[in-house]
Amino acid sequence: MVIKRGDCLQTETDAKKLHPSLEYLIKKQSFIVPIIAVIVALIIGSVLIYFQGANPIGAYKTILQASLGNERGLIRTLEKTTPLILAGLAVAVALRVGLFNIGAQGQLIMGAFFATWAGFTFTNLPALIHIFVGLLAGIIAGGLWAAIAGILKAYRGVHEVISTIMLNSIAIAILDYLVNYPYKEPDQPLPRTVPILESAQLPKIGFVPVGFILALLVATFISWLINRTTTGFRFNTVGANKFAAAYAGIKIKYVVVSSMLLSGGLAGLGGAIETLGITYRFEPAFNKGLGFDGITIALLARANPLATIPAAFLVGVLRSGAPTLQFDYGLEPEIVDLLLALTLLFVAAPILGKLIFRKRAEKSENVSSGWGS
Amino acid sequence: MSKFLQRHQKAVLSTLLVIVIAYGFYFWDSVRTTSILNFSLSYALPLILAAMVGIIGERSGVVNIGIEGQMLLSAFVAFFAAVATGSLIIGAFLGMASGLLAGAFLGVAAVKWEMDQIIAGVVINIVAAGITSFYYTPGQSLPAIVPRIEIPYLSQIPLIGQVFFNKSIFVYATLILVVVLQVMLFTSKWGLRTRAVGEYPSAADTAGINVYRTRILNVAIAGVLAGTAGAYLSLDAAGWFERGFTAGRGFLALAIMIFGAWNPFGAMAAALFFGFASGMASQLQADEVINIPQQLINMLPYVMTLIILSLAAGKVRPPGAVGQPYKKEG
Repeated sequence: MVIKRGDCLQTETDAKKLHPSLEYLIKKQSFIVPIIAVIVALIIGSVLIYFQGANPIGAYKTILQASLGNERGLIRTLEKTTPLILAGLAVAVALRVGLFNIGAQGQLIMGAFFATWAGFTFTNLPALIHIFVGLLAGIIAGGLWAAIAGILKAYRGVHEVISTIMLNSIAIAILDYLVNYPYKEPDQPLPRTVPILESAQLPKIGFVPVGFILALLVATFISWLINRTTTGFRFNTVGANKFAAAYAGIKIKYVVVSSMLLSGGLAGLGGAIETLGITYRFEPAFNKGLGFDGITIALLARANPLATIPAAFLVGVLRSGAPTLQFDYGLEPEIVDLLLALTLLFVAAPILGKLIFRKRAEKSENVSSGWGS
Repeated sequence: MSKFLQRHQKAVLSTLLVIVIAYGFYFWDSVRTTSILNFSLSYALPLILAAMVGIIGERSGVVNIGIEGQMLLSAFVAFFAAVATGSLIIGAFLGMASGLLAGAFLGVAAVKWEMDQIIAGVVINIVAAGITSFYYTPGQSLPAIVPRIEIPYLSQIPLIGQVFFNKSIFVYATLILVVVLQVMLFTSKWGLRTRAVGEYPSAADTAGINVYRTRILNVAIAGVLAGTAGAYLSLDAAGWFERGFTAGRGFLALAIMIFGAWNPFGAMAAALFFGFASGMASQLQADEVINIPQQLINMLPYVMTLIILSLAAGKVRPPGAVGQPYKKEG
């Protein structure tokens, strides 16, 4: 792609057009947009629930009660939130570099499987080390899986949206094969692995799962990394303007590959925590759709690492409370998919889209849009 | 004619080669050859249609990542409308209408609101997945099957007759469409305008072409094709619907579009090749010639996509202004 003569001029005139107070609103009050999006989505959702013949307020109340109203519900909510935070972080980190990683799903299940593998393969390890090895296996597996997309992007110009989607399907197929043949639990009808050893299991502190605390720490760390370090500066610069970054001597290919490695590592960690802390084994039907939730979360959080925590919590509450709706109101739990889709629609919708993404899109034109490199 | 042959030497030669090989196999084993080619075509058909959606969009400068969602939505609408009304025709038309709607959304979002085109497409995918998985009701079946239309005389030709001339309306429409699109894109006023808008919008604008309107209309009309692909999938190819029904075909189609160098004929050849590879693998598997677990065979199209895309990079050139919102200067 060629830098056109008008490019820098255009951005200048654009900057003039924005009213100072509006600029302030975008910069400082950016959380308003996602909150409005969520509220609008919930209102429209309530109309849809009403048309399904259920009482919307009652339905929302049921979700809240089931997910936050008692200890078991709360634990389940925290457990659901954990991989969501990490999936959201994965998407957010890549977005900072102008990459749209929609393959968090594949990276997550890769991480989940290899964490499990480490969990049942290594024996005679002390618990702390075994857990560490398991988590590391998940991070590495997820990271390498995403790095394939990064390498294809950096060196072959393959658009990451396509490659990560393909890698999702390939990961599903490979893991399906692994749990059906070489790693199938013997003498069991279901295709799944053997359980991990007790030494690899993530414990709980009180009622709080350790994985959740870990996710909070990781989110804080990523926030520091993105906002306060040279690495983060490189990421943001490449995301904001590839040409300026190259001109400043930043190795773009290196940043693309390493950011995908980090992004996939985060997703892989999410999967690892899930298997080491909750399911204790790997099953192919493992958490379908977590990757897509990650996109919604990252966009809700506007690619701000710390903001992924409340965004993931919101999604976690909905996901953890929704199955009760089936019982109480006969509503399919997929209502959550619909609510989240609506939220995403409004968070990316016209005016919001203009305010949030247009500036990005202009500055980084070919980074997140278009095919060539 | 000789000029045509000179210009398209490779394409003509490889087409002839494919035909000769196909007949060679046909005389060796007619049943299997016919079944593999039938499989190839039915596998390729939605991919061809979806690749046309991508081509129309990108030739006019709009990336369409939302083809997957458009197809999913229209497959859903077509299926359940057909179930509810008892008419496949109404189902198909409503499916196409829903494709149009999703296409129009992408057009307006990408062009008018200047939303990031990739994000707009992903939004379509997620919204389509949300709607179709919530309103999905299991255990429904179609009121009828899509009839085969046998074309007299042509269907009597060995091999080709059964593969191409004894099919449903969807197949004929698609094949005609590819030819029409190829011709239109490179010889008609619409085609010239579309390519101008996609290659160099400011020049097109100077020449008096309405860049915004051309882009929105093209993406919306392409949505009808995505709708047709969805309707074909649920009404004709499968006869049922389930959550996540399209299984990544919309993304495969984008790879096919690139592989076909943004040309309708090229994309059709690429899609047929995809179909052929899958059909071949399934047949070999069924005959126990090779013994690879089904899971790994399912992986084939996705791995092929990645390989093709990484090989195609640098060899084919996307339309100049693809992915960039156009803004009038001044």
